[in-house]
Amino acid sequence: MKNHLLSINDLSREEAISLLTTARELGKVSEGGHKKLPTLRGRAVVNLFFEDSTRTRISFESAAKRLSADVINFSAKGSSVSKGESLKDTAQTLQAMGADAVVIRHSASGAAQRLADSGWISASVINAGDGTHEHPTQALLDAFTIGERFGIDDFNFAGLEIGIVGDILHSRVARSNVLLLKKLGAKVTLIAPPTLLPVGVENWGVDVSYDFDATLPRLDVAMMLRIQSERMNDSFFPSAREYSRGFGLDLSRLHSIKKDGIVMHPGPMNRGLEISADSADSMQSVVLAQVTNGVLVRMAVLYHLLAGAVN
Amino acid sequence: MKYLIQGGELANGSKVDLMIDKGVIVEVGSNLSVDGAETIDATGMKVLPGLVDLHTHLREPGREDSETVLTGSKAAIAGGFTAISAMANTTPVADTAGVVEQVFRLGQEAGLCDVFPVGAVTQGLAGEQLAEIGAMANSAAKVRIFSDDGKCVFDPLIMRRALEYVKTFNGIIAQHAQEPRLTVDAQMNEGIISSELGLKGWPAIAEEAIIARDILLAEHVGSRLHICHLTTAGGVDLVRWAKSRGVNVTAEVTPHHLLLTDEMVVGYDAVYKVNPPLRTLKDVDALRTGLADGTIDIVATDHAPHPSEDKDCEWQAAAFGMLGLETALSVVVKTMVETKLMGWEDLVDRMSITPAKIAGYLNHGQEFKPGAVANLIIVDPSAKKRVDRNKMASKSRNTPYHDMELPAQVTHTFFNGKLVHSLEGITE
Repeated sequence: MKNHLLSINDLSREEAISLLTTARELGKVSEGGHKKLPTLRGRAVVNLFFEDSTRTRISFESAAKRLSADVINFSAKGSSVSKGESLKDTAQTLQAMGADAVVIRHSASGAAQRLADSGWISASVINAGDGTHEHPTQALLDAFTIGERFGIDDFNFAGLEIGIVGDILHSRVARSNVLLLKKLGAKVTLIAPPTLLPVGVENWGVDVSYDFDATLPRLDVAMMLRIQSERMNDSFFPSAREYSRGFGLDLSRLHSIKKDGIVMHPGPMNRGLEISADSADSMQSVVLAQVTNGVLVRMAVLYHLLAGAVN
Repeated sequence: MKYLIQGGELANGSKVDLMIDKGVIVEVGSNLSVDGAETIDATGMKVLPGLVDLHTHLREPGREDSETVLTGSKAAIAGGFTAISAMANTTPVADTAGVVEQVFRLGQEAGLCDVFPVGAVTQGLAGEQLAEIGAMANSAAKVRIFSDDGKCVFDPLIMRRALEYVKTFNGIIAQHAQEPRLTVDAQMNEGIISSELGLKGWPAIAEEAIIARDILLAEHVGSRLHICHLTTAGGVDLVRWAKSRGVNVTAEVTPHHLLLTDEMVVGYDAVYKVNPPLRTLKDVDALRTGLADGTIDIVATDHAPHPSEDKDCEWQAAAFGMLGLETALSVVVKTMVETKLMGWEDLVDRMSITPAKIAGYLNHGQEFKPGAVANLIIVDPSAKKRVDRNKMASKSRNTPYHDMELPAQVTHTFFNGKLVHSLEGITE
């Protein structure tokens, strides 16, 4: 594995499976009563968040702490595009403070890669979401959850069809998931109105459908994406209600899903828009398992990046 | 100072000696006698008219930290340009006679090349009210090219009026073709790469829609339209179509759009962030073909200096633009001459004769004959040089060609008969 995790493209299939396997082992250790491991004692992990995301931040924080790393939370919200504190200055500050890993969340696509490539900092960089580009640990935790729910220990997803539904155009979660799920052998279908699909999606090696109802009965996994409020009034669709009627996972759609099929959502959910409350709280929903698994997967990433360097 | 350039080759390959005295060419022939002149051995070199750029950003007044008229002039002569055209998007905007006269005067004070100001089409480049175009045309700067470059004159009515108005003095409107609604927050060419990188796309249609509209407007009102920095295959087709209809339209292409593609953006290095954006290989091929067959009339640099803090940051926060003056000739040689799409005569046509003609720069792009103002350059066509961003004459370092080896090198630049640039240094 490289020194950084910026994109799912940084991982080979074997490395991805190895990370997911480590996450499962860490889960077993913690179930065995060892909530905290000494692996990263004395190492400093900085959560550098230029964009608010409490759930991702606490997930990384919890992962780092369970490996006994020191955690520094650096919230630099608002300074990303304004000329206040630049990414470069912040990076140099963290370098001077001796950070071993920097977990970065930023509204600009490519910010994580910029941080890793610039020479401003020698720490490992973990992309915790950059603009509309990627969110690799989210894809890893989603794959982990799918493996767990379907009992696929080797993470070979051949034979599974996974539908990613909603705002593909602006979704870093969708981009990372497409790359990882394809790597693991799944069939991926993107389901969205044409306005929310990126140009060139026909080159992504996935199926595309504008019709949720026609696709739903074949799906093993329905991965629902959040509709950001700023899309509402920008003519991507006529109204929230029309979007919900076409692409929301309501109760009647939930009934047409496969019997052992599951429903996923990266959170936070807009209940009643892309997913109804009934669906979100149903037996098929694995939303809370996703949260739990997020910590394990992020522990595995920190472990692979930092413990590897020690040995 | 009197100079004798010996044994150089013209663009057409014929060998010639040139005698320069008191600012003009006094003798053209072979085996001219030295007659007290400083001699320059140009054996194996090309002797060409000085290059003419119709699209240069000099940043003065307002952003003297990135470039001044003086440093921009130094960059120009290092790249073989004897005339450059200072775009209007300064602070304050060059939308009054006062500002264009200031820039014109700064150019004369620098005295290294002709600096011809371009006037804004609309007040403050806002696209709403025509700037005082007549006053700028009648000023000491005698502005003939008007452009809101950096911004598009998007309102069709304003564009129509501007095209009509400049007919008074045979002026020209140089359009930055960018439909604003189709490019809100756009970051790079819209295509496979932008989708992969998660950067907001800048579709080719946003450029082509304005080009098509303005061609029709120019035809309707019978005026002169110049399309700045054409970047798309569709745009080349539109200009070709317009010319076949007899519309009075000219177009330019930048060196970087002849060489670089949107694949360079992978890695998010903002040195490749430019407006209009780098396009695809298919577009590059169409631009090269268009320049070779004359559909695209000229090469223009769109030299756009920026200080390092405006590039050394995340992509979205970075400024648009790249340096061009010092590398333009080399890039055109690499993309057009080495590929055998054009010869040196075509190069001189696209980089000197035709731009001078479009703009009416009378002392530039002229044939070498006794009495002609000595604006000329000597080029070593076989030189190879590695571009070093830390050794640019420009005040800024944002060249996309850093560490790239490029062919051909300007060894001497004469402006009004004065040797203003030489690789060995200036002794005059």
